[in-house]
Amino acid sequence: MIIAERKPMEEIRQMIAPYKKLLLAGCATCVAVCWAGGEKEVGILASQLRLDQSKGRKKISVLEATVERQCEKEMVEELRDKVQEVDAVLSLACGSGVQTMAEMFEDKPVFPAVNTTFIGMPEREGLWVEMCGACGDCFLDRTGGICPIVRCAKGLLNGPCGGMRKGGKCEIDPEKDCAWVLIYRRLEKQGRLDLMREYYPPKNYRAVKRPGRIQAAKA
Amino acid sequence: MATPFRKILKTKDFVVTAEAAPEKGSNVSKAIEHIELLKDKVDGLNVTDNQSSVMRYPSLGVCLLIKEHGGEPILQVTCRDRNRLAIQADLLFAYSRGVDNVLCLTGDSIDVGDHKEAKQVFDLDSVQLIHLVHTLNSGKDMAGNELDGGIDFCIGTTATPSADPLEPQLIKVEKKLKAGVNFIQTQAVYELDELKRFTEFVRTVDGEVKILAGIVPVIGAKMAMYMNDNVPGVFVPQHLIDELAQAQKGTGVAKGIEIAALMIRQIREEKVCDGVHIMFIGREERVPELLEASGLL
Repeated sequence: MIIAERKPMEEIRQMIAPYKKLLLAGCATCVAVCWAGGEKEVGILASQLRLDQSKGRKKISVLEATVERQCEKEMVEELRDKVQEVDAVLSLACGSGVQTMAEMFEDKPVFPAVNTTFIGMPEREGLWVEMCGACGDCFLDRTGGICPIVRCAKGLLNGPCGGMRKGGKCEIDPEKDCAWVLIYRRLEKQGRLDLMREYYPPKNYRAVKRPGRIQAAKA
Repeated sequence: MATPFRKILKTKDFVVTAEAAPEKGSNVSKAIEHIELLKDKVDGLNVTDNQSSVMRYPSLGVCLLIKEHGGEPILQVTCRDRNRLAIQADLLFAYSRGVDNVLCLTGDSIDVGDHKEAKQVFDLDSVQLIHLVHTLNSGKDMAGNELDGGIDFCIGTTATPSADPLEPQLIKVEKKLKAGVNFIQTQAVYELDELKRFTEFVRTVDGEVKILAGIVPVIGAKMAMYMNDNVPGVFVPQHLIDELAQAQKGTGVAKGIEIAALMIRQIREEKVCDGVHIMFIGREERVPELLEASGLL
């Protein structure tokens, strides 16, 4: 899923400073699961903004709404009436949701309240880790299901760099495992280390022509 | 004129290279000083490529200075700052100006350097970079286009004999050897046994490649601990840190030279490998003293 993090409060305050009536729009899918932009987080941010005005900052009115998926126009359409009531929208969805909202309501400024960070998974309660770089040329069949493109800090394809720390930790962070040590251990367990001994030529970094656009084949 | 490095590798019993780290800025007087001091005392001078991800005068720039001053340069190329187009172009440039030794490295992460917000490249990794040099050597570019005026580089790479765990590193070394390299300059080694274990492995894959052991003299316990925490791939063992901690104040550099010289002598006497690569970071002017203490001058 897509992982995001709430922006710092001060940055949000600066973005919305010129506006008096705001819609805080959440998304109930990925960003809800990573505690960044679901219904609960919309409620928390709305309370913080209301608290601001009780502390003497300017007067604003805040509406709250959360849709199932903010990256789908049909679902964002449900918000039309509310959007018409406000000066601006503060979206707590991922970048894709923010842009869908902005495209649907072109006459309203739409601001991001979160930073979209990566595609990942929850490793444990409250900790999410990056898993996929959406490179368009999946390599996981050769690496025991561990992606070196994003889980190696340098995206190396032919094994670990020489900067690995003692115990198989990453050069840039002793808290992170060297992806190539993880790959080595996984492949060793499966008796498939030959895969690691193979030479992998330079990757096609243009597998997805950016900006990405995929047309489904006709059913 | 210096003897071509590839000839030295074939003919000399014990090969010695040293590192020349470019300065930050366009003033090359210190680089020239180091070149003049070392060019006739070692067989090749490596020039680092934005070492530790810190922006500096370019490797190729100092390599050209070495050529101009009659030394033998080894161009270090990392994969961090340039994509495949830029690397190929730089190699053509280097070769056209007489720089024909290249050391292929991955490069440190942007995170350890002084431009921490930069976009890091790593379009290629070090194994792919070695293949790239061979492709250029064959007269074609990576896209398969013919080159008008090819290149012929003597190719080297690096390895970390003290990596833990070692096996994943060795798999990569094997890929580098199979890609084809003339020499390996290892990361700093402080334990002879680790170096022996590494050279034994290399010999099972490639009997021809020349192995130069990386020598980084440590001049104090504090520096050693700093290096262990901050310099990727460097592991100074605790017994050396303890030895340095007991050295009298003001004798750190001399002690560091003494320890490094002992290591070099052992490597040479026991024929552990084919030579040494000296990285006396920030103290290039003391390299002759180390060479003398090692019996190499």
